Amino acid sequence: MAKCVIGNEIRKLRFLAGEMTQQQLADRTGVTRQTLAAIENGKYYPSLELAFRIAHVFGLPLTEVFSFRLDEDSK
Amino acid sequence: MEQKERQILVSVIGSILILGGYSLYVYHKYIAANPAIINDFKFWGRAFLILIPVGIAAQIVIHIVFAIVNKIATDEDLSTVDDERDKLIELKSIRISHWLFILGFFLAMGSQALGMPPWVMFAALLGSGFIASVISEGAKIYYYRRGH
Repeated sequence: MAKCVIGNEIRKLRFLAGEMTQQQLADRTGVTRQTLAAIENGKYYPSLELAFRIAHVFGLPLTEVFSFRLDEDSK
Repeated sequence: MEQKERQILVSVIGSILILGGYSLYVYHKYIAANPAIINDFKFWGRAFLILIPVGIAAQIVIHIVFAIVNKIATDEDLSTVDDERDKLIELKSIRISHWLFILGFFLAMGSQALGMPPWVMFAALLGSGFIASVISEGAKIYYYRRGH
C-alpha cells in the first residue's frame, strides 16, 4: 500500500498570525511545544481532534492547514 | 536534548544506580557472608519486597533533584502536560517492556524446568525486569527523537 504523507502549513500560518511562537500555539491547543515542533516537522501526525484544534486557532478549515498525498514510490 | 528526553535519561541512570547500589549492598551484607543464602526463597522474597519501595523512593528523590537542577540550569519548570504524543510513546514503550519481561519470565520458568538452582530464576526475573525498564525508556528517547 502506498504510504500516506501528511503535510502542513503551520510554520507559515504561525508567521502570518503575528509570528506566533510554537509555545503559544501549543498552549492554545493543549499540547507540549515538543509535540507541536514534531508536527511542524512532519515527525508526528496529530489526531483528528488536535488537527481540528490547530486549524481552529488559525480560523481556517482543516484542508488549509493540513494536506494529504499518497507516496506512490513507497509501494 | 529536549526536557522530556533529559528526564528519561535521568530516570534510566537512576534505575541503573539504584539497582547497582542495592545489588552491591545485598551482596556485601548477605551473600558474601553466606553464599548458600542465594538459593533461599525467603532471602529473595525479602530482597524483592525491599527493592520495590526503595526504588520508588529513590526515583522520587532523583526526580525532585532533577527538577531543581533543571530549573537552575535552564530556568524552565518541568512540564506537567502529557499530551496525545506522550501517551502514544508511553504505550509503545510499555508494549516493549511487557514483551521483554514476558521473555524473561519464560527464561526464568525454563531455568526451573531444566533443573537449575532457584537463584537463576530470581536473577532472570530481576534481570528481565531491569532490562525491560531500561530498554523501554531508551525506546521512548528513540521515539521522541525519530518521531513516528
